[in-house]
Amino acid sequence: MTGKPGNWSQRLVNWARIKSPWITIFNSGGCNACDIEILACLIPRFDVERFGILAKGSPRHADILLVTGPATLKQASRLRRVWEQMPEPKYVIAIGACGAEGGVFHGLYHVMDSVDSVIPVDVYVAGCPPRPDELINAVVTCLGLLAEDIAHGGKEWRQKKAPVSTDTVNPVGEVPV
Amino acid sequence: MTEVIIPIGPQHPALKEPVNFRVVADGEKIVRLELDLSYNHRGIEKAAEQRDFIRVLPLLERVCGICSHSHTTAFAKGIEEIMQLEIPPRAQYIRTIIAELERIHSHLLWLGVAGHEIGFNTLFMWTWRDREAVQDTLEEMSGNRVHYGMNEVGGVRCDLTPAQVRAALARLPLLEERVQKYVGMVNEEETMLLRFRGVGKMTKQEALAYGAVGPTARASGVACDARHEDPYLVYAEIPWEVVTDTHGDVYGRTCVRIGEIQESTKIVRYCLEHLPEGNIRVATPKTAPTGECLSRYEAPRGELVHFIRTNGTDKVERIDIRTPTLANWTSVAMCLTGQNIADIPVIVAAIDPCLSCTSRITVIDDREKKKNAITFDELRERSRARWHAEERS
Repeated sequence: MTGKPGNWSQRLVNWARIKSPWITIFNSGGCNACDIEILACLIPRFDVERFGILAKGSPRHADILLVTGPATLKQASRLRRVWEQMPEPKYVIAIGACGAEGGVFHGLYHVMDSVDSVIPVDVYVAGCPPRPDELINAVVTCLGLLAEDIAHGGKEWRQKKAPVSTDTVNPVGEVPV
Repeated sequence: MTEVIIPIGPQHPALKEPVNFRVVADGEKIVRLELDLSYNHRGIEKAAEQRDFIRVLPLLERVCGICSHSHTTAFAKGIEEIMQLEIPPRAQYIRTIIAELERIHSHLLWLGVAGHEIGFNTLFMWTWRDREAVQDTLEEMSGNRVHYGMNEVGGVRCDLTPAQVRAALARLPLLEERVQKYVGMVNEEETMLLRFRGVGKMTKQEALAYGAVGPTARASGVACDARHEDPYLVYAEIPWEVVTDTHGDVYGRTCVRIGEIQESTKIVRYCLEHLPEGNIRVATPKTAPTGECLSRYEAPRGELVHFIRTNGTDKVERIDIRTPTLANWTSVAMCLTGQNIADIPVIVAAIDPCLSCTSRITVIDDREKKKNAITFDELRERSRARWHAEERS
């Protein structure tokens, strides 16, 4: 993010970003239920394109990363890599109970228990799986967050509001951003 | 010409789930396929040993989000066999209705994905729109669109009200009409004929030799169906037929799946019209006696097998899940050989792969030459240690 909205080209980019967020879907080892509900968002009944939301194949084109699943150990490093490939400003939505804290898979030997132990998460969606309308609501909520971040000139204001405890070092060896 | 290795996945636009293919190609022709399927491994079989029969069903339901009812029915059926319980007929009918609705939704989902893989997105939009009628029915009956949570050991959780039965019956004619349209499309639509006919061919002998199951095998003329060979629930007493085809290619698999949607619609209609009165569950003992059971179930993708061993406690001693996708991968590797690179997505999609079911690990001690049993805590410790080591390197 390049600071507060100043010149007209930056304002145009910000406007376009809020009007048409591009999403990419990453299955970090879930059971497919959330994934088929995300795909169900694209069909005529729910039709997320009316909000300008487009599903993209490459994380390099995406503004919002939808992560499903509890992040298995094997997928965790791939998830981190996909997140690193996304251009700023990037937002992460952790979908379902597994994405939030492992859900029914909490404590299993090959899962990380939550997406936010691998990458920072902005929005959590409850449900196992959440309904498509809840998923659409999550993306729209994320757009509200994006607009607020633009007004504040970055994501830092949110961390001041709710500081991240420094002793929760994630397995990658870094303090969550 | 030299061989080139093309890596695909685990994150790839054509893939819906994490899997890694290493396609060895000679020009445009595929020579060999190497697979890495273990990205979705979560350790459900081990975790199932730690939970009692009430808590294990929600876990097993989440083995796979698309065929969730299959896993719970297969498990509940096995445990009921060990406990020697007689399940009331109304519960059996309700289980059958949910199972067949699940088959319809899974096959419509597959048809859409197959359409998407050949660049025919209109079909994807149509089938997924029609699938919503099935999802609505399932939501009315169980309260959820995807994980229904209908089964419990000894019966089902929710009863069907007359209003729910009427609403479900009212949705069926429209669904039948739409499926009839897809039957016409498969046989007339140029796009589908060109991309499906003669692609991923497998003969009857090959299907038997490679152990293919489900619609993949039935499309090659192998009439294997656990509902017919080893009838469970109410399949022995209701009229239905095994759908087979002799084409053996992706076209044949599409025909089988569309035929099965029609057949499933008939089964749902019959079961809703002949729903017997009575209880929906029986009282069950907390513990199961020592015993073993092999529970077969025809999931939408093929034959699903749960092997269950109990030891007199309220938990299973061992559960082994053999999923249809695991059985079908060898046939995919065989079908892909000699095909064009552009046909990889549609041939892989033709078995309707479900990777979240399929990921497995086996611990083998190489020096001691034995498969050793390790405890849950030890397994968790080892997994974490390996992950940290990988990250540091």
